[in-house]
Amino acid sequence: MTDPLFEYLCRMGDSTLVLGHRVSEWCGVAPVLEEDIALANTALDLIGQTQLWLGLAGEVEGKGRDADALAFHRDVWEFRNLLLVEQPNGDFGRTMMRQFLFDSWHLSYLKGLAGSSNDQIAAIAEKSVKEVTYHLERSTDTVIGLGDGTEESHRRMQDALDRLYPYVGEMFLTDAVDTAMTEQNIAPDPATLRPAFDAHLDAVLQEATLTKPQDNFAHKGGKTGARHTEHLGHMLSQMQWLQRAYPGATW
Amino acid sequence: MVKPSPAPVPGLGRDPAPFTVVGGHDTSARTDGEKPSLETVWNWLGQIPDPEIPVITLTDLGIIRDVEWNGDTLEVTVTPTYSGCPATSIINLDIETALRAHGIENLSLKRRLSPAWTTDWLTDAGRAKLEKYGIAPPQPAGGPQHCPHCKSQAVEKISQFGSTPCKAQWRCTDCLEPFDYFKCI
Repeated sequence: MTDPLFEYLCRMGDSTLVLGHRVSEWCGVAPVLEEDIALANTALDLIGQTQLWLGLAGEVEGKGRDADALAFHRDVWEFRNLLLVEQPNGDFGRTMMRQFLFDSWHLSYLKGLAGSSNDQIAAIAEKSVKEVTYHLERSTDTVIGLGDGTEESHRRMQDALDRLYPYVGEMFLTDAVDTAMTEQNIAPDPATLRPAFDAHLDAVLQEATLTKPQDNFAHKGGKTGARHTEHLGHMLSQMQWLQRAYPGATW
Repeated sequence: MVKPSPAPVPGLGRDPAPFTVVGGHDTSARTDGEKPSLETVWNWLGQIPDPEIPVITLTDLGIIRDVEWNGDTLEVTVTPTYSGCPATSIINLDIETALRAHGIENLSLKRRLSPAWTTDWLTDAGRAKLEKYGIAPPQPAGGPQHCPHCKSQAVEKISQFGSTPCKAQWRCTDCLEPFDYFKCI
């Protein structure tokens, strides 16, 4: 079996990498300049965090792979990101709903990780908390603004929530890798974070005049790598194109 | 590219610093012919501008966390402002270039993530320089104290993010000028 710590660090790094890439797809085409800049900055933070997570994963693995090798020289079945983050951008509303759902989980999870028994993980989490606090503030404001906005924006945000909600559950699933981390006090048990997440979600959705879907069905298979959605492969073919065509190319 | 200068030979009466010292500060702080004192090194680092906000220096920004000699190797510890800030690698390159130009041959740059950088580490001089340049310095209250141009307190946020990861966009509703606000983290 793969070292659970390596597996775990890939989960963290792959989720920030895939979302960072998705968000960067907006660069130059966002609805207004300020949003374009904000999205690019969010993507930049996530890619920066990816360098830290995957850099540490490579060190832990000890096979000479660095963050770039892990990001660009693995294929889709080796990725361990959450299914939520690989979902296509859709319209601006769907992008911001995806961001809000991720940020809400991400911030509470990172706060738990800041007390990790692993000093390097704690340091990355401490650094990331500052950045993600800003992400959540912004995505929360945007979800409320668009949800409680015009008829059109409200409809789009409700559609986005209905479409993305089935991907929320995976963020709180606990499996053998999580249990191994929890036992060593490296990471919190994701399942324990669900009540606080739900409370925050309900409060924001109420203010945004949006309705949470009744069905709690959750797609899974992203963080274990067992079953990604079809979208990840297409995204990687874009993101990894250069390194696939010209392996090892550098500036 | 400036080549490292040869180490001065003690007792030959030559200038102990065979390079141009920016700012002309006192180089008598050197303890011997080869190793500049830490104070001198801090002084040199204090001359390096931030690549994206060149009115402030790296020491104003508070990102140089430690400078020490480990045998013959000078170790400089730097903390990133934001984990994805593209200026980080330029900053490391600028530090290396400057110290090499001052004759430092054995140099080791270390990254320190924890404690995470905070705007509390911006020096007072740095905050004053930012304001003079038109960037409102960070405030614990979470927003600018006043417009850096006309000093009016009637300001509003345009966007939480700005032209660099460390800044947000605000505007003054009196003089109507938009301005950057250095985010407080």
